[in-house]
Amino acid sequence: MPMEKKGNLLEIKNLTVEAAGRVILKDVILSIPRGEVAILFGPNGSGKSTLIKAIMGFSGYNITGGEIIFAGQKINSMSIEQRVKLGIGLMYQHPPKIRGVKLEQVARFLSRDTKKIKELSNELSLSEHLSRDLNLDFSGGEMKRSELFQIILQDPQLLLLDEPESGVDLENISTMGSVLNEYLKKEGKSALIITHTGYILDYIKAKRGCVMIGGKLWCVGNPKEMFGEIRKFGYEKCKECHEPQRIG
Amino acid sequence: MSRKELDNFEPADKEVIASAGIDLEEKMRSASFLQQDAQTCFSRSLIDGVEILRIEDALKEYPEAEEYYGSSFKLLGREYPQDTEGGYFIRVKKGKTIELPIQACLFLKAEGFKQRVHNLIIIEEGAKVHLITGCSAAKSADEGFHLGISEFFIHKGGYLNFTMIHSWKEDISVKPISIALVEERATFVSNYVCLRPVRDITMYPTAVLQGEASRASFNSLILSHPGSLQDIGSRVILRAKNTQAEIIARAVSLGGKVISRGHLKAESKDVKAHLECRGLILSEKGIIHAIPEMESEYRDVDMSHEAAIGKINKDEIEYLMSRGLSATEAQSIIVRGFMDVNVLALPEMLKKEIAHLEENTLGKSF
Ligand SMILES: Nc1ncnc2c1ncn2[C@@H]1O[C@H](COP(=O)(O)OP(=O)(O)O)[C@@H](O)[C@H]1O
Ligand SMILES: [Mg+2]
Repeated sequence: MPMEKKGNLLEIKNLTVEAAGRVILKDVILSIPRGEVAILFGPNGSGKSTLIKAIMGFSGYNITGGEIIFAGQKINSMSIEQRVKLGIGLMYQHPPKIRGVKLEQVARFLSRDTKKIKELSNELSLSEHLSRDLNLDFSGGEMKRSELFQIILQDPQLLLLDEPESGVDLENISTMGSVLNEYLKKEGKSALIITHTGYILDYIKAKRGCVMIGGKLWCVGNPKEMFGEIRKFGYEKCKECHEPQRIG
Repeated sequence: MSRKELDNFEPADKEVIASAGIDLEEKMRSASFLQQDAQTCFSRSLIDGVEILRIEDALKEYPEAEEYYGSSFKLLGREYPQDTEGGYFIRVKKGKTIELPIQACLFLKAEGFKQRVHNLIIIEEGAKVHLITGCSAAKSADEGFHLGISEFFIHKGGYLNFTMIHSWKEDISVKPISIALVEERATFVSNYVCLRPVRDITMYPTAVLQGEASRASFNSLILSHPGSLQDIGSRVILRAKNTQAEIIARAVSLGGKVISRGHLKAESKDVKAHLECRGLILSEKGIIHAIPEMESEYRDVDMSHEAAIGKINKDEIEYLMSRGLSATEAQSIIVRGFMDVNVLALPEMLKKEIAHLEENTLGKSF
């Protein structure tokens, strides 16, 4: 495969996705080279989470057109489990609560390294949460930290982060940011990060940003500059300055 | 229980008995009682302040036992079966705190045997104790029947943590009838675990909070196998001020029918009570029918209930799958979590034991 090593870890070609009989994503084109981080902006309800869920393979998100290619393989019809095995990991925007299942159980499933579990849970101020039911009565920030904790233990090649810093206080954003940055520095790690607040941009190196509006990807550029523009002029402005375009 | 007394027990029988939470070595127990069919095999207290003996012996020996016998039914104006044979009398003396649990086992052995017992449990003023009752049936006990009447008297400031573990088989019918009378500042905790197959169980234990600031909590974990009917409820009558009650039930149906009842009745103002019933249906054939009831004659009460029944939430499965678990692993960990031993109000000491029992049984079920 010519794509290997230096090529794209993720390639999305003309992806159209439906949920509950409605088209949510239309002809989305996006690629993420190995070792790079892409940022996804966009207003509420524009389809950002849907894109990530379709990449992960959740039920209820039907791909009616296009392809998702990961590490050179088409993964459109693979199970979630297979996608995880290939190296895709997801940090939820709104993780479900699971009664009686402890955070520690999942951590131990994800990693045999008990020392690492201990250290990372300490670093993310989650030591006391290890013995608690997953996400049950976790605050917004605790949920995000617990999601980051799990995904780092999972150690995927491609991280899909859905608003990792929403609802997290500044101090914890800084901790999360540096944990994440440390991780992304490792060989070949890539990420697609959805952000509203833009805070995460201060902690990680991201080459490219794009904006999703109404299920289409618009605009591409330097994420920090883009975020500045969005703050000044809002999302609609992105539409004005560019046609929907090919990214990557 | 010493080797001699267990000599004529087959290894398989010992295993079933142990599966109902009975510690045959008696290492971690303060007193033990074992009745097979109608015969008392064993009855011994290892500690001062705990009396344990066959009910008929207690009625002979202690005139006051007679006064207790049947009195809880009288109080509620209820009848009870008179044709019982055996059962245990347990009394914990005033002010005693007993660290290790007392255990009692009611064991069915002979084919078609109808075991009918009447138990009396008396917790004197300020005494504190844990009691485990394990009920089980040998392979030979085909078409067996068990009727168990239990009367609990928890006097002022007393504390009883009662754990009942049912470990039956497909062709056994079971009918426990229990009433607990709870005096001022006393606490009655009932934990019920039924994970093995059974033909049918009908039970609706009642706690009467008669003294101010008394409490009752009923917690149950029920696994329903195909072809079984478990009609299981808990009732608390709150008769005095500042009493509190909680009923928590978790039921998982693998194909059988569960009727999960709960009844909270406020007969005084200033009481607080909560009822929670959650059910998971894992098979097309499974049925769970939750019937939560609340009654109050007063406005100044704080009573609530929640009930939720359904199959496992797909989001939960997919969440765990996105962390790399297979669909089967995800389902199994969710069901185990749902049946979390922490739902029961167990002392640390027993928690591990029961969690282990549970794991053994669930491991065989799916
Ligand atoms: N499972 C679903 N079923 C039906 N509609 C959905 C589903 N998931 C998302 N949608 C709809 O798709 C649109 C995009 O949602 P989402 O991807 O969550 O947006 P964003 O993450 O950009 O805020 C919204 O209108 C949302 O209501
Ligand atoms: Mg979203």
